[in-house]
Amino acid sequence: MIIQTSMLRKDFTVRRKAGRFRRTSTVVSAVDGVSLAVAEGEMLGYIGPNGAGKSTTLKMLTGVLTPSGGTLSVCGLTPVPQRTSLARHIGVVFGQRSQLWWDLPLIESFTLLRHVYRVPPADHAARLRYCRSLLDLDSFVDTPVRQLSLGQRMRGELTAALLHGPRVLFLDEPTIGLDVLSKQAVRGFLAQVQARGDTTVVLTTHDLADIEKLCRRLVVIDHGRVVHDGTLDELHATYRSKRRVVADLDSPWPDGLTLPGAAVESVEADGFRVTLTLEGATAGEVVARLAQAVPLRDLSVQEPEIEDVIARLYAGTRQ
Amino acid sequence: MLTALAGAEFRRYATYRQATVAGAFTNTVFGFMRCYILLSVADVTGQVAGYAPGQLVTFVWVGQGLLAVVNYWGQQELPERVRSGQVVSDLLRPVDLMAGFLAADVGRAGHAMLTRFVVPVVVGLLFFDFYLPSHPWTYALFAMSVVLAVLVCSLCRYLVALTAFWLLDIRGALMVWVVASGVGSGLYFPLPLLPDWLVTLLWVATPFPALMQAPLDVLVERGGLVLVAGQVAWLLVTAGIARVVQRRALRRLVVQGG
Amino acid sequence: MADAYVRLLVAQVRSQTQYRLSFGLDLFFSTVLTSLDLVALWVLFAVNDSLGGFGGAEVLLMAGIAAASFPLADLAVGNVEKLRVYVRSGLFDALLLRPLSTLGQLVAMDFAPRRIGRVLQGTAIYVVALTVAPVQWSVPVVVLVVLAPLAGAVFFGAIFVAGATVAFWWIDSGEISNAFTYGGKDVAAYPMTVFGGLFRRLFAYGLGFAFVSYLPALAMLGRSDPLGTPDWLRWCSPLVSLFVAALAALFWRTGVRHYRSTGS
Repeated sequence: MIIQTSMLRKDFTVRRKAGRFRRTSTVVSAVDGVSLAVAEGEMLGYIGPNGAGKSTTLKMLTGVLTPSGGTLSVCGLTPVPQRTSLARHIGVVFGQRSQLWWDLPLIESFTLLRHVYRVPPADHAARLRYCRSLLDLDSFVDTPVRQLSLGQRMRGELTAALLHGPRVLFLDEPTIGLDVLSKQAVRGFLAQVQARGDTTVVLTTHDLADIEKLCRRLVVIDHGRVVHDGTLDELHATYRSKRRVVADLDSPWPDGLTLPGAAVESVEADGFRVTLTLEGATAGEVVARLAQAVPLRDLSVQEPEIEDVIARLYAGTRQ
Repeated sequence: MLTALAGAEFRRYATYRQATVAGAFTNTVFGFMRCYILLSVADVTGQVAGYAPGQLVTFVWVGQGLLAVVNYWGQQELPERVRSGQVVSDLLRPVDLMAGFLAADVGRAGHAMLTRFVVPVVVGLLFFDFYLPSHPWTYALFAMSVVLAVLVCSLCRYLVALTAFWLLDIRGALMVWVVASGVGSGLYFPLPLLPDWLVTLLWVATPFPALMQAPLDVLVERGGLVLVAGQVAWLLVTAGIARVVQRRALRRLVVQGG
Repeated sequence: MADAYVRLLVAQVRSQTQYRLSFGLDLFFSTVLTSLDLVALWVLFAVNDSLGGFGGAEVLLMAGIAAASFPLADLAVGNVEKLRVYVRSGLFDALLLRPLSTLGQLVAMDFAPRRIGRVLQGTAIYVVALTVAPVQWSVPVVVLVVLAPLAGAVFFGAIFVAGATVAFWWIDSGEISNAFTYGGKDVAAYPMTVFGGLFRRLFAYGLGFAFVSYLPALAMLGRSDPLGTPDWLRWCSPLVSLFVAALAALFWRTGVRHYRSTGS
């Protein structure tokens, strides 16, 4: 396992004003017992609502934050005590915080990073060539970073993170704020990196399209705890029973009518449209029972959208 | 409108708790240091330039308290606004730029008087023997002198800020101000330590003694109404110059189209 | 290894080349500004020729060691006070993600070459003081004459670092560290006999500012401390500086572990 955490925890003390001069402080666990194991070459999507603890986890894995409890190892190293050794083995893109030199042309940032990471010139040149062609950097490598568009800068950040040949790549919101074309470019590039098989990728995102396109494995975190760890299909499987049957009727839905294996979610259009969620029964069984009970005009079966699944998942854990 | 501006500035500074505590602490440390040094100078002859030890103590500690009230090295927001062109939106407000600047600074000084002034003075009182004024009206005169010092200092800083209309980088002007105001106002040592002709020159040719030396001399009763009259004179002069410079600056802004 | 820091430093200087004119101005004024300390000292001596039981040339030697050591520390690590900007904005993350020391990067990335003027000026004052003051020359004194400003610079550097580190907990603490850096510089420039009471015990001996220039100057002058410090302690400032630097480094490490990486 290239990344291994066990009951990882991070507490923050939050001071709040209580009255004119008094302050109360409460301890908030941003990450509250996260246990993860990531194998070499995996691409892991790490998602959760705002404030769920995604970035905090990533910052502990990269040695920026000191954990309050639990154990972790990345590339066989303990991040905070072995921070400088670890830094050579990982690449990091934190969307909001640039790794590049603001006033210098992009290419000079790359040269500086070669010295900072002490990369042999030949390796550096080869990796730079690879990134330049895949990410179309040529048109703006001589432009100062502060003049780059967000999409161009993100492509620069990705290159900067890969120039020293990291074994693990951590990406915090790599597509946030990008236009559609830049998003595609970033996703395409990450897919290429993943396909080579020698780089493990952990990415957090708000854009579930990133996950659908890139990640076989998905970890959902909320309130600092892991609420799902598995493939996207498994996530669907857990909630497949929540597929819906929407039926248009020829006569209004009788009050109080129930069907075994399905729950009435809503009755609309003066009783002429009913939405049922499947609770244990198959779609076929429910449709058959429905047809016996009421005159059917039209019928559709809706697959759950991943956004819906996630939203439900968050809603469920927030109660 | 102006009172609202002053009140807003007062409340803004009230939210900078950490900075207030840190600043008061630093003023206090420097108070100890300067006080001991001056007292040690007075040790041999029993006085320094006519100041008895008690007067020196009052001079140093009240001076440390006033330092944040008569704000020499305040934040430079105005030049930044001129540089970025945001000053245009200030000019669209129904308040005169100079009056607004002064009102805000008075609000800030009010907050500093209640916090930054009190801490060093109280600590000084605990550890040293102060010279206390013999006439009650000295306190009233001192209060008036402090208000005048705040206004003159504010106008001086306003003038420095206005140079941003002509200079791209006002750091040079700022440095000249910091150096000259520090030495020339009695902040580092009481001005009478200098030769008489130089002290007279400073009073006549520069507004600096009006910033610190005047209120402190009023408090230790080395000159009363004369000093305050001198401050009033400098208030009128600086206000006059500030008006002229402001008019030129605004004309320049209009001509250049921002 | 040093190569990487030098590159960072050069990059910093390069990205500032557009402000070349104001660099000259800065250099000029910051040099003038430091001469003011001496004006203040000179004004005090115009009143009477001794301070705290020491003659003018003797006090000048103490002021000279402080004048030579402080700008050196300021040049080398003074910009560490920028830390609070990095902590406030969360940019400290970027430093933590590189395989270099955070302190080294911070110092290299905000290097301010304009401070060189003050180093030269302070060194000149020290040299003048050495020729004017009644120094009791001997081999150990020569060694101390060379080591004292360096030890003083290490001492002040440690104070700079420790003061900046407070920003990990308390972000608007800038002025507090000024009390110990710039305030400490002034304290160190005078004979400790000038100060009294709690303040002397705390600043001179508790925090160790007496070791910067007062005690080494006494050793150079061949005088004992009228305050009763054992004579051998006058030679110990290099050791004290190393000890203080180690404490500051420890404090820095603790601070980094408390970094919360908030900000936007």
